[in-house]
Amino acid sequence: MIDLAQPRDLVAYLLMALGLAFDLLGCIGLVRLPDVYNRLQAGTKCVTLGTFLLLLGVVVRFGFDAMGWKALLCVWFIAMTSPTAAHAIARAAHRAGVPLAPGSVLDRYREDGEARARTEPGAAGAEEPAP
Amino acid sequence: MSPLELLMAGLLLAACLCLWRAWSGPTVADRTVAVDLLGILMVGFCALLTVETGKDLYMIVGLSWSLLSFVGSLTLAKHLEGRRFDD
Repeated sequence: MIDLAQPRDLVAYLLMALGLAFDLLGCIGLVRLPDVYNRLQAGTKCVTLGTFLLLLGVVVRFGFDAMGWKALLCVWFIAMTSPTAAHAIARAAHRAGVPLAPGSVLDRYREDGEARARTEPGAAGAEEPAP
Repeated sequence: MSPLELLMAGLLLAACLCLWRAWSGPTVADRTVAVDLLGILMVGFCALLTVETGKDLYMIVGLSWSLLSFVGSLTLAKHLEGRRFDD
């Protein structure tokens, strides 16, 4: 339980409330933005930071005991895995030919693949499908 | 409603937004993104449950959930890319 009269619990609660705000904003971005790349952008970064803050609230509440160290380990895992998963999903979506939102002006990944296909035929990226 | 229950309700609202995107996403990639985010959100929910109950168990659940959701996201991404699981 949490007791807001204690300063330590109050700091932990404020951290967790801030984390929840980041989570909610990330999920609103996930619902509102136009295409999958924008959604990945809003969702992954906001939700990762929000979960960091929630876990840091656990660390502040309990100190460096069994739960605090596990929360720090969890922060480490998420910091390693979440950008990797987001990168893999974005790359897979681009290769699967998911189109960009109408109004997008730049697609560096496709330009890079085309340039590489011109200079070295048969290289990776030469079979890039045009989205 | 205690303060922590308020936070849990907000987190469940965020999870409902993710579920809506996973339900109605126009492409498979949108659904994959939503499921990935849902996994990270549930780790945060496990942190809230740890503070609420004071039990060590929920943090262990969060640890394993973060790693398993990473493996699931990579598998879905690879399937989306159209590759076999053994290359």
